[in-house]
Amino acid sequence: MPESIEVRWHGRGGQGAKTGAILLAEAASAAGKFVQAFPEYGPERMGAPMRAFNRISDEPITIHSGVKQPDVVVVLDETLLGKVPVTEGLTDGGKVIVNTPEPPEVLRDRLGLRSGQVFTVDASGIAEETFGRNIPNTPMVAALVRVTGVVDYEKFLEIMREQLESKFKGRSSIIEGNLRAIERGYREVRGE
Amino acid sequence: MAVKMTRMTLTGNQAVALAMKQINPDVVAAYPITPQTEVVQTFSEYVANGEVVTEFVTAESEHSAMSAAIGAAAAGARAMTATSSQGLALMWEMLYIASSYRLPIVMPVVNRALSGPINIHCDHSDAMGARDAGWIQLYSENPQEAYDNLIQAVRIAEDRRVLLPVMVCQDGFITSHGLENLEVLDDAVVREFLGEYRAAITLLDKDRPITMGPLALQDYYFEFKVQQAEAMRRAPEVIEEVGQAFGQLSSRQYGFFETYQLEDAEAAIVALGSTAGTARVAVDRLRRDGLKVGLLKLRVFRPFPATRLVEVLTGKAVVAVLDRAESLSGMGGPVFTEFRSAFYDLSSRPLFVNYIYGLGGRDIGLDEFHRVGSDLRKILAEGKPRQIISYLGARL
Repeated sequence: MPESIEVRWHGRGGQGAKTGAILLAEAASAAGKFVQAFPEYGPERMGAPMRAFNRISDEPITIHSGVKQPDVVVVLDETLLGKVPVTEGLTDGGKVIVNTPEPPEVLRDRLGLRSGQVFTVDASGIAEETFGRNIPNTPMVAALVRVTGVVDYEKFLEIMREQLESKFKGRSSIIEGNLRAIERGYREVRGE
Repeated sequence: MAVKMTRMTLTGNQAVALAMKQINPDVVAAYPITPQTEVVQTFSEYVANGEVVTEFVTAESEHSAMSAAIGAAAAGARAMTATSSQGLALMWEMLYIASSYRLPIVMPVVNRALSGPINIHCDHSDAMGARDAGWIQLYSENPQEAYDNLIQAVRIAEDRRVLLPVMVCQDGFITSHGLENLEVLDDAVVREFLGEYRAAITLLDKDRPITMGPLALQDYYFEFKVQQAEAMRRAPEVIEEVGQAFGQLSSRQYGFFETYQLEDAEAAIVALGSTAGTARVAVDRLRRDGLKVGLLKLRVFRPFPATRLVEVLTGKAVVAVLDRAESLSGMGGPVFTEFRSAFYDLSSRPLFVNYIYGLGGRDIGLDEFHRVGSDLRKILAEGKPRQIISYLGARL
């Protein structure tokens, strides 16, 4: 488990990159970490490429600049590949997690990445199957937790349940659907 | 002894709205749409849920919002509003009315650039432009400080030795929309810290009828202004007392500024707001590379704590002052000119250089501080700066 990590999320407006960053931060904070989550605000349009960021550390975080050298890059939409430089600044040994049904070897080629580690998970497929909407952020957060170990999984599940229960009071199909998506995202993420 | 606190993750906007809920003001008057912030949106939910007793007035402009806050405060209410950027600019003439009536209105300000060109991102040109409006100004590095400063601001403003309005500033988007951890006090603790508000003078006191906002021409206007200046000169002792009292409560100490690695430093960097946090990391790196540099984070810009700054910076060879606003005076940014002026009477003083940075939300990171560090090294070696005022991170 690293002492601190910096994460960059790539998605399109409406896919929940900002919410993904917030969920990760809230889970890590509840597990006792120091956190930051912040989106990059540009003109806000559905479908336009956007980014969000996390810093998670065992120590208080004072830096307030943008994340330029992420340890982890999360790509919520594979149609961004080739259009947005998603691996820019990735640290040596950094991790890229892409939402796609393809295996990691194929994605490494598409990313043109020589170093680092590539992971894939069909987060959109999981989201469609578990709660019926293509909002891939919850299974992607789970995949990120798996590949970074930034929060203990049992603790993470417990926190996510609390968060979902307070957000979707009484709407048990959404809550249970999201929890299944989280479990599957965690289990189904594949590395090389 | 420090009291129990609850650990939360909130954005700067949410942190400030929560502090407002705990302050539970009698009146909040605000313009509800852009360039308003999420502060007022979140606070309006507390109003709708009946979690505060506040009379919430939505006004048709920031000029009207401040006017309504002035009316409420003049009637003896604890009144607040919040704004940002163009909203603060539109309040301009009413800012002066609030301070000249000596009304202790407290206002969170999310610092964002002024048009044009049109921009929504962070810089300090809004609040810096209002620096002569007679308001106390506190700057916050992160959501925790924005929360803490807002609570302290109420007690500072309402102190009978002061009776001046206070702006509590934080950096637009960087901290206003950034989620971070913080520790918040219980509602009851905040209420007890602030006490019940009793206005020093009110228009509704029929036993002591008064006039506010009278005509005062050559005969009296001048004396009003001298009294405002005297109140501003009395503010430091109150800011200090309130900071200490808050420190005892929360274990978080507040003064006029905070220093980091400054004592044995040859060179100092001065910054306000969220940049001071980045500067702390930069100081560690520059020190690792052998530069004896320290940080001074300024919290109180109005009143300007000149004497205290001179005490801690005398003996430094060079001071680099960072400004997130361009005064367009040809003399550097607003923080820089104050620092230089504060040291004028000394026979031996540090060299001063100014970096104007981050306008319109341009990011400032460790690379930019690396450049400041290289410049400081050169100045220490050569004994004088090659350039006094520079733009840090601009392409021109």
